[in-house]
Formats: sequence, C-alpha cells, structure tokens
Amino acid sequence: MTPSVTELQVTAEDRRVAWLATAAVGLSLVDAAIPSPLPGVKPGLANIITLIVLTRYGWATAVWVSALRVLAGSLLLGYFLGPGFFLSLTGTALSLGTLGLAQHLPTRWFGPVSLSVLAAFAHIGGQLLLARLWLIPHDGVFLLTPLFATAALVFGTLNGLIAAKLLADTPATNSRP
Amino acid sequence: MSNWLALLRPGDWLVLLISAILVGLSIPTFWQGGLAERAIIRQEGQVFADVDLQTRRQLSVPGPLGRTEIAIEPGRARIVSDPSPRQYCVRQGWLVRPGEIAICAPNRVSLQISGRTKVYDSISY
Repeated sequence: MTPSVTELQVTAEDRRVAWLATAAVGLSLVDAAIPSPLPGVKPGLANIITLIVLTRYGWATAVWVSALRVLAGSLLLGYFLGPGFFLSLTGTALSLGTLGLAQHLPTRWFGPVSLSVLAAFAHIGGQLLLARLWLIPHDGVFLLTPLFATAALVFGTLNGLIAAKLLADTPATNSRP
Repeated sequence: MSNWLALLRPGDWLVLLISAILVGLSIPTFWQGGLAERAIIRQEGQVFADVDLQTRRQLSVPGPLGRTEIAIEPGRARIVSDPSPRQYCVRQGWLVRPGEIAICAPNRVSLQISGRTKVYDSISY
C-alpha cells in the first residue's frame, strides 16, 4: 500500500460524531420518504439523534452531528444550496440555539420531551421567518402557522418520547468526559 | 402505554400544556378574515372599482373637491393624495388587513380591504 502523504489523526470523538451523523442522515432519508400533505410538515426523525447526542455527549457534539446531517442529507436528497437547504439550515440553527438554552433547565423537571417540543417550535419558527423574508415576501405565509405549529407540537412530543425511551433503555456507557 | 407516560416529567406536562394553548390561540390569530385579497373603492357610496390586490397600479377617483389618488400593491393599498383639508385618510397609510377602511369624507371616497370572509366592525341586535 502506498503510504499516504497527509496522515489524518482520527480521534474516538471524530468516529462517534461520524457514526451519529450517519444515523441522523439515515433518519433524514426515512423522513423524506414519508409522504407529507404539506411541504414542511415532516416528522423530523433525525431530531431524535440530536436529542440523544445532546443528553449523552453535550451541545457541541450535537451541533457537529446536526451540521453534518444537514449537509450530507441535502447532498443525498439533491437540494444542496437550494431553498430547502437554507430552510433546513435556518431551522436547525434555531433549534440548536434553543436546545443550548433549554439544556440548562432542571433535568429533574424537564426531560427530552420538553427539549424536543421547544426545538420543534424554534425549527418551524425559523423556517417561517426565512420563508417570509426571502422566499415568499408576503404575510400570507403566516396563514400556515397554525398547521405548522400543530405539526411541531405533535411530532416534537413523539420524537421526544422516542428519545426519552431510547435514553432510558440504553445505559450511558461512553458518557460525557 | 403507562411506561411511555412515565417518560414525561412534571415540567414536560407544563410545556405540553402551554404549547397546546399557544397552538390553539394561533388559529384565531392567523385565520381571522383570511388574507387581504381585494380593494373596494367607493365614490358617493357607489362602488367605483373593485380591484384584485395582486398587481401594482394607481387609480384616480374624481370627487366633488378634486381627485383622490389610490395606490394598489400586492397585498396592500393606500390613499396617496386627497384634496380633503385634514388628510385623515392619507395619514392612515397602508391598509393590509381585511376589514380595514380609509374614508376621505369631504371628497366622498372610501377605500376598503376585503378578504375571503367578511369581517364585521361591530354587530348589534
């Protein structure tokens, strides 16, 4: 084998991020395959991974996994740098920001379901704002708010419950350093 | 079922409750009267023009004092100039929501926005 000129040092953390991002991308593909009555109403299954990563490995890892998921997911589904990519990026950025704040809530009282619902609202709020400012510069966009908010509540709760179940079923091995 | 409910912590119920209330409140907030779709311009109480709020255009309505200039833009309309002494209808600016109205009483011209459904100012029995 030809020795490589540049040797990349891969840490255990890098491998973990890569694996988790792969799982998140897989769930993004499942998401895209589910038929939706309205563009934008999606289960957002990949957020289950984000919630688990946030709880187990911290916010910084969650940001890495989400960023890689948005990038790789958009490349695989063919909307990289398209409007859908920026909507996805804005929604993800806002929900990560919200999670960054919400993770400081007392865990005794607020579990993954709270985090998931808050992140879902931030996600759809960011997307609606970007759509209003850039894609459809008319207040008519906000007519969809009740539908999107309902979807955010329902899917946020379901994803939160799934994340909570997975977290409860799998003991924390490789926990936060 | 019960082991799924056990995953919810007390604060989670609070978040779900507040979220459900906010979602419920968002329905009347965003769906009342629908979108501004048409502008109805009246002169002497008669409909002078009924225009779609889709395109950009200017209208000039004659009245007893002179001409009232009206600007139509996608989703909104306003009175640009009017010969009335106090300029109340001009100072109202852009009208965007269904049911909004600017009345230039001295020149007997009015501009009203309407949507899909009719919004009432008041109802009496």
